[in-house]
Amino acid sequence: MAGTGVSDSSTLAHRSWPREGLTRVPYWVFEAADVHAAEQQRLFEGPAWSYLCLEAELPNAGDFRTTFVGKLPVVVVRDRGGEVNAFENRCAHRGALIALENRGNVKAFSCVYHAWTYDLKGTLKGVAFKNGVKGEGGMPASFCMADHGPRRLRVATLAGLVFATLAPEAPPLREYLGDEIVARIERVLGGRTPVVLGRFTQSLPNNWKLYVENVKDSYHASILHLFFTTFGLNRLSMRGGIIVDPSGGHHVSFSAIDRAAEKDEEYSSQKLRSEHDSYQLADPTLLEGFEEFPDGVTLQILSVFPGFVLQQIQNVIAVRQILPREVDRTDLHWTYLGFAEDTPVQRAIRHKQSNLVGPAGYISLEDGCVGGFVQRGIATAEGECAVLEMGGSGAESQESRATEASVRGFWKAYRAAMGL
Amino acid sequence: MSDAFQQIAALNARYARCIDDGALAEWPQFFSERCLYKITTADNYKDGLEAGIIYADSRAMLVDRVSALAEANIYERHAYRHILGAPFILADGGAEARSETSFLVVRIMRDGTSEVFASGRYVDVVRFNGDLPMFAERVVVCDSSRIDTLLALPL
Repeated sequence: MAGTGVSDSSTLAHRSWPREGLTRVPYWVFEAADVHAAEQQRLFEGPAWSYLCLEAELPNAGDFRTTFVGKLPVVVVRDRGGEVNAFENRCAHRGALIALENRGNVKAFSCVYHAWTYDLKGTLKGVAFKNGVKGEGGMPASFCMADHGPRRLRVATLAGLVFATLAPEAPPLREYLGDEIVARIERVLGGRTPVVLGRFTQSLPNNWKLYVENVKDSYHASILHLFFTTFGLNRLSMRGGIIVDPSGGHHVSFSAIDRAAEKDEEYSSQKLRSEHDSYQLADPTLLEGFEEFPDGVTLQILSVFPGFVLQQIQNVIAVRQILPREVDRTDLHWTYLGFAEDTPVQRAIRHKQSNLVGPAGYISLEDGCVGGFVQRGIATAEGECAVLEMGGSGAESQESRATEASVRGFWKAYRAAMGL
Repeated sequence: MSDAFQQIAALNARYARCIDDGALAEWPQFFSERCLYKITTADNYKDGLEAGIIYADSRAMLVDRVSALAEANIYERHAYRHILGAPFILADGGAEARSETSFLVVRIMRDGTSEVFASGRYVDVVRFNGDLPMFAERVVVCDSSRIDTLLALPL
């Protein structure tokens, strides 16, 4: 493969992170075109693993989906040997998209422009009129198909999730995630068969990192999202915390029922008070759940650097894929999940509880607009910084959720990947 | 012009006017007590995927939606303008009819920005008992799978 022609080492040389380190985030990271361009090279096409789709979305040989790694268009496809492959969605000839549809089933891919064809591993297999027409034209004898093809990605799967990386030097997926994150993914998805219940795309009016910060920010949850408080649905006896992996880039925020405290008398009286002070749901069946997890964890938000989220909010399981579109535009792809093992009653519960999440979610719709409020607020503040001092200055796991440790963790991993 | 057509056209007109005038507290009254109100996308609908952006199986859940928008949820002030097509009657069983109606919704933001927010069709089951017809089912099938920023007011 020829050189990229992009002088990566020279870009961003004039940018320097504030001296305070992880407790400050310079606003130019959300606004500058050079940063946005460098992210594609250093981060999305660097030694990170990006989520592509679910294995359940590719049940049969020839099933494919098109998606993106950052802004890089990608085809992900199951081949006849049952392996999942991913390759750049760019014809080796003149650069047109190889696959146009969001999904489908094919025996092989053929570029619509000049019918160059590819097998299910992304290997160039045919060039139309390669030998010319009636002995005239055609490709030179020196042209070797094996020397041409879209870039291939390394693919790895975990609990039905398909991840890929472009970087040969990236560690294996499980090593990249670490044992704690792997265990927390398997806790939700392991040992059962995910079924897609619906897909929705939310178009966010902000830089992709503002959404990532929001996902990792457990500090804002009970402040910005007032639904539970307004309707007196907060459980006072919760325990929880956040886990930040050593790289900083992945995190888990969780809360669980504290069964010991639930029996506490004081808790009962507090609970009564809070219920009297608030509105009541006209239809409380919204939150009638079923016990899906023996550990009593009712909320687990898990993120994988750079742009993947697995959520369990009560019985609502969803994956979110965060994709940059422009400096100030982001696509958030929601895939709501159930499991083949669900009973009809359990499936109905998932549908009703899904009112909590997504673009119209009772506890998530604010996340759709708050990133835009920041993007607009910082319009001329390239020289200023955000302040991240809640819970100290580190990026380690904490038992309190009133912390910005996992947001600092993101910036730790981001700076390492970007060389900032 | 059938009776069902006229009644559903009038119901649709009242429904759109209610939302566009900001009279959301009255919006649940367009539905029967046990009902289905769901917002989904054409892709999900075609593929038989059941989840909704909003999913309510009772009028009381719609009441809660309105209360949450008024009391709990935070979003920038905005309004809709619904432009509706004529209802197409799929089946007219006397007490109940199934119909489809196209819609176009313009969202008008606080600063005056007006954009097409959604287009699609309502797939309805309308029940005629008593004076006022009601929706036993209203499945809002958006043509696009993309929602700009957030969906607060109902479609």
